[in-house]
Amino acid sequence: MSTEIVKKKLILSFSPELAELPITYHLVKDFDLVVNILRAQISPEKEGRLMLEIEGEKGKLERGISYLQSNKIRVDSLEKELFHDKDLCVNCGLCVGVCASRALVLDENDELKFIKEKCVMCGICVKICPRRAFKIEL
Amino acid sequence: MIRTIEEINEKISKDEVVVLTAKEAYDLVKEEGVKKAASQVDIVTTGTFGAMCSSGVFLNFGHTEPPLKMETVKLNSVSAYGYIAAVDAYLGATARSSENPEYGGAHVIEDLLSGKRIRLEASGTGTDCYPKKDLDTKITLDQINEAIMFNPRNCYQNYAAATNSSDTRLYTYMGALLPKYGNVNYATCGMWSPLLKDPEYRTIGIGTRIFFGGSIGYVAWHGTQHNSSKPRDENNLPIGPAGTLALIGNLKAMNKRYVRGAYFEGYGVSLMMGVGIPIPVIDEDMMQQLSLGNEDIKTVIVDYSVASRSRPIVREVSYQELRSGFVEIHGRKVPTGSTSSWALAREIATVLKQMILEKRFFLSEPVEPLPKDRIVKPLEVRRR
Ligand code: SF4
Ligand code: SF4
Repeated sequence: MSTEIVKKKLILSFSPELAELPITYHLVKDFDLVVNILRAQISPEKEGRLMLEIEGEKGKLERGISYLQSNKIRVDSLEKELFHDKDLCVNCGLCVGVCASRALVLDENDELKFIKEKCVMCGICVKICPRRAFKIEL
Repeated sequence: MIRTIEEINEKISKDEVVVLTAKEAYDLVKEEGVKKAASQVDIVTTGTFGAMCSSGVFLNFGHTEPPLKMETVKLNSVSAYGYIAAVDAYLGATARSSENPEYGGAHVIEDLLSGKRIRLEASGTGTDCYPKKDLDTKITLDQINEAIMFNPRNCYQNYAAATNSSDTRLYTYMGALLPKYGNVNYATCGMWSPLLKDPEYRTIGIGTRIFFGGSIGYVAWHGTQHNSSKPRDENNLPIGPAGTLALIGNLKAMNKRYVRGAYFEGYGVSLMMGVGIPIPVIDEDMMQQLSLGNEDIKTVIVDYSVASRSRPIVREVSYQELRSGFVEIHGRKVPTGSTSSWALAREIATVLKQMILEKRFFLSEPVEPLPKDRIVKPLEVRRR
């Protein structure tokens, strides 16, 4: 079995009745995975959506995903990435105030720093940048 | 007075001039005090770069054979105002393309400056001296006769910061304002801003030579909505929007780095302009003003959820706090965003300093001072 460590960003979608299922508990306890919840939208009447970053041994991660799927949870991998075009950017910092995950900050030179690892792909910055400097890429 | 503009220009010619940027002057005064700094420094350079909606260009296209009186004019599907003689038009920065709402006059200006070919469509009624009725062609900035940028209102002397107390997200010219005081956006470049460094317009007046979009331009007049009688605080600074400048310059000589189209979601198109103004240190009082930092300069945060011309003020705030990334509102830390680029403001002040040191820029004496007694009148809508 492979012991290679992998990291994946996943979006889980599930029906309301599954909202009670302790998903992260099982992923951690049964499959030895590091789970980081990036975004969660779970309302009792609607479909729940959970954005996770999962890290662990390749084989265990695959079995964890099968466990989710066997519980009727749809698993989509999130391989999209946000691209920041420095040539278009003017370093105003308008995007900084709307980025709830603090993936965008102004550095000591007043220039925009994009910390990719912190981005949860909410897309707000794409919409509000007056220079259209952000693109979502597949 | 410790030195005149004439003396400073002489020093420029003799390579003896001492020029500091606003930040360098601030640091020097912290170290040496106002008196000593004033005796050493001749000029302090300022800069600002941000959305300045009230901007546009006069264009003269030249005559066709046979001639056409251009009454309707469109550039890349953006309407310009054509009733300025036969082949002149004014393209406003905020005019929007009929085909793409995210593209407008400001983007046409940026494209012209980038050397791109622009589609020109024009039509007229046809007269004896202008028999042609329409045309559809491509132009470049090099080809046309004049491209005079004339911006009726730039360089706002302070501007109010914006927040939103309501439950819904608002899209404004101050950017997206998140519900329930989710963020605060501000527009001024704080201690870099020209009119915050000469708040009483002692050296900036009509005819003042400036750095305008990468070229040399001039203050043409006081800007529209010039609200110069606004009360001043203990630092001589107006808290909130006050004076403005009308600026003029040659688009052909500008640099696209400092002239950029912008699109604010839900609001529309605007032009981001870069302006720099050198301020001569004529006396110690001037140096004192020039030494003020972000902690000394304040504005108000207003609530944009109230759709009225007199929006409620949430609180007063210093640019130091705004710049820290968070401001406190009702005990909560609220993230801040800026519509202006402080990085480019600093760059402009530095480039302007360099231009002066290299004798490519001399200071000018204002021809007339800016009015200091202006108020901004509202427009009352009355039925007859
Ligand atoms: S809002 Fe756009 S232009 Fe401004 S700093 Fe962010 S990415 Fe750059
Ligand atoms: S998409 Fe933009 S606003 Fe959202 S987390 Fe990523 S960087 Fe921040």
